[in-house]
Amino acid sequence: MPGIGKRMTLTSILFYAFSAVLVVAALGVITARNPVHAALFLVLAFVNSAVLWLLMEAEFLAIVLVLVYVGAVMVLFLFVVMMLDINVAQMREGFTRYAPLGIIVALLVVIEIASVVWVKRLGVDTTTAVPAAAPEGYSNTQALGELLYTHYLYPFELAAMLLLLAIIAAISLTMRKRRGFKQQDVAAQVAVRPQDRIRIVKMAPEKDA
Amino acid sequence: MIQLEFVLLLAGLLFALSVAGIFLNRKNMILLLMCIELMLLAVNFNFIAFARQLGDLNGQVYVFFIMTVAAAEAAIGLAILVVLFRGKKSINVEQLNEMKG
Repeated sequence: MPGIGKRMTLTSILFYAFSAVLVVAALGVITARNPVHAALFLVLAFVNSAVLWLLMEAEFLAIVLVLVYVGAVMVLFLFVVMMLDINVAQMREGFTRYAPLGIIVALLVVIEIASVVWVKRLGVDTTTAVPAAAPEGYSNTQALGELLYTHYLYPFELAAMLLLLAIIAAISLTMRKRRGFKQQDVAAQVAVRPQDRIRIVKMAPEKDA
Repeated sequence: MIQLEFVLLLAGLLFALSVAGIFLNRKNMILLLMCIELMLLAVNFNFIAFARQLGDLNGQVYVFFIMTVAAAEAAIGLAILVVLFRGKKSINVEQLNEMKG
């Protein structure tokens, strides 16, 4: 097929370019001085991941990543970061003290994963079995929905319950009664009777006749 | 084309970076939460890479559930953070030592 080689190289070029930006963004998240900058780097990382997921034919999840993470979770993070008055300098102390340990652990993790990936190959033949591109007219969203609403119906409903639980937990944790806050009690207003409000007093006339 | 090894290596690199981030920013609770989000993203990369390599959509369903749990975790974590800041006027992890655990 003519042109397939060119398309594959374009895909890999895009993959490497966005991977590089993703790694740089992750580095920015963990080294940024200002928490706001860290949150913005994390947004960059999520957007790059969404592009990489698109390249790996996970279209629905890529869109969900942008909508849910960049649109909701990261806005929540930024909201909290800007709302709290954080002493950045105090937070940064110990950064250089623990840097060698962090770098050693990170290098160990990378070396272990690289050795597993390249030496063992995980029992998956990745050299010859190139996954075919999805046929024309294939909808990732539809396929995922068909799986989710049949085979994974109960886990899906459990996920919905989990989100409801998260809403209730977050609201009940952060809600507080403000002191001196005047509020109408509608039930008490409706249930009031005339004798609660009006008192008829019998008294003798005061003016001397 | 995208080789499976490179995706796995990218995910490993991302995971290692977030582990290093937990070591580096071990006082700032917001950055700890961000590093956890980054770790979950790295795990999701593995699921999606294998789902594509094996032609099995179940991996993508798992990513869907992981993202649900991560969103719930972020919401509750940030709520706890706000309550904590109200009480102690600080989000330094080292000052959270009342329970002497």
